[in-house]
Amino acid sequence: MGLDFSVVPEYFDELLLGSLWTIAIMLASAVISFFGGILLAVIALYGPALVRYPFRAFSFVFMGTPLLLQLFLIYFGLIQIGIDLPAFVAGIIGLGLHFAVYNSDIIQAGIMAVDKGQHEGARTLGLSKLQTIRKIIVPQAVRTVIPPIGNNLVALLKDSALVSVIGVTELTLTSQLAISNTFRPFEFYVAAAVCYYVINLGLEYSLRRVESRIQVSR
Amino acid sequence: MTKEQPFIDVRHAQKKFGALEVLKDINLQVEKGQIVAIIGPSGSGKSTLLRAINDLDPLTSGEIWLEDKQVNKDLPHRQYEKHINTVRQEIGMVFQHFNLFPHLTVRQNITLAPKMLKDISDDEANQLVEEQLAKVGLSERIDFYPSQLSGGQKQRVAIARALAMKPKVMLFDEATSALDPELVEEVNLVMKSLAAEHMTMIIVTHEMTFAESVCDRVIFMDEGVVVEEGPPDVIFKNPQNERTKNFLRKHLNG
Ligand SMILES: Nc1ncnc2c1ncn2[C@@H]1O[C@H](COP(=O)(O)OP(=O)(O)OP(=O)(O)O)[C@@H](O)[C@H]1O
Ligand SMILES: [Mg+2]
Repeated sequence: MGLDFSVVPEYFDELLLGSLWTIAIMLASAVISFFGGILLAVIALYGPALVRYPFRAFSFVFMGTPLLLQLFLIYFGLIQIGIDLPAFVAGIIGLGLHFAVYNSDIIQAGIMAVDKGQHEGARTLGLSKLQTIRKIIVPQAVRTVIPPIGNNLVALLKDSALVSVIGVTELTLTSQLAISNTFRPFEFYVAAAVCYYVINLGLEYSLRRVESRIQVSR
Repeated sequence: MTKEQPFIDVRHAQKKFGALEVLKDINLQVEKGQIVAIIGPSGSGKSTLLRAINDLDPLTSGEIWLEDKQVNKDLPHRQYEKHINTVRQEIGMVFQHFNLFPHLTVRQNITLAPKMLKDISDDEANQLVEEQLAKVGLSERIDFYPSQLSGGQKQRVAIARALAMKPKVMLFDEATSALDPELVEEVNLVMKSLAAEHMTMIIVTHEMTFAESVCDRVIFMDEGVVVEEGPPDVIFKNPQNERTKNFLRKHLNG
């Protein structure tokens, strides 16, 4: 049988809903990965040894093992110890933590690149170490690493497809469901790819806006 | 009654970086309203002394007093942090490289610390910025970012930022050394206006003419010791010590 894309519009509503789920999951895990990344970076650099080492081990585990495995662990594994998370929550937490660890690495480099004079300038005014980190160091570090963090965000969007395997009806799972009804894998995978691409364009456009807005304050 | 305690009192200051002794038993008293210049060759310990006064470079031994408070008081870590953060609010410092916060506007640079530490209202903060910026002649740059300012303007903002904390003393570490020659004067003028208001100031500088024109007292340092000190006309016109003479010969003609 030949290709027939006319079946795709019949699933417009489903695809739209799946896209919205993908966007929502991406945004929620982006927030976790961004603030989590900052928190991990600050702890890794400034925390007392007692917390620093457990956090390092945590980072190592999240970086060195497959995201898919982490999702399984959070969704299916945690039930065994009485934590029963809805699939989309498990997906958001898994994606968020996984990318928080990657962002943390980038943000640590950004923090170390902030001029020592910034610390002195702030401390001289009477700011405490923590106030200095919060108001002076981290905001500057984050500004310099927005481009690589943006790249991670694009990777996060693509990896969000993985949460389909724990049953979150985001874009990928939606297209699979459509395929099992219509037996038209090519059409629906292409349709899903187009949706991802459009979301990606929107994401990159927003990232460029953010980057140009912070240009002057660098 | 015995003589009152000096406004700033540095007692037997010693500072070592590893085996290197950078300050060797320095004693320095500054009275309220006095303007003291510290001059001396590169590496003589001028910056280290200045930075010891607000504990940016903690002394190895010795005491720093600001009025009746010991700056480098021996306290447990947490208490010391609290103590030093309040003491530093009273000591303004201006750096060679400005150290303005690039991610904040001029207004935010100036109001950040007062807002965080002094619990002032937005109105008071606005008034404070306007007042301080007028003082350094930069009112029209209030919403600029540091990257949009010249070096001289950056340094004037840095001075306004320090002044906004209403410090009791201002420390200047070669405030004009990083500036293009044509921008030095605007910063010097601001410092002169502070002198006219009798701000207590300690100024590390390579500019002998400026030191001579604004200071009440000049300290000549070399290799971690105060070699000679006195009023500017004595130090500059009639120095007694050979090392001072040598240094000035190079710097007054150069
Ligand atoms: N953090 C540090 N670690 C090790 N040595 C230091 C440190 N800071 C300063 N020194 C050394 O201490 C000595 C005095 O330095 P300081 O910066 O106080 O000199 P200075 O008189 O301000 O010189 P300049 O006129 O070049 O600014 C120098 O030999 C310098 O190399
Ligand atoms: Mg110096």
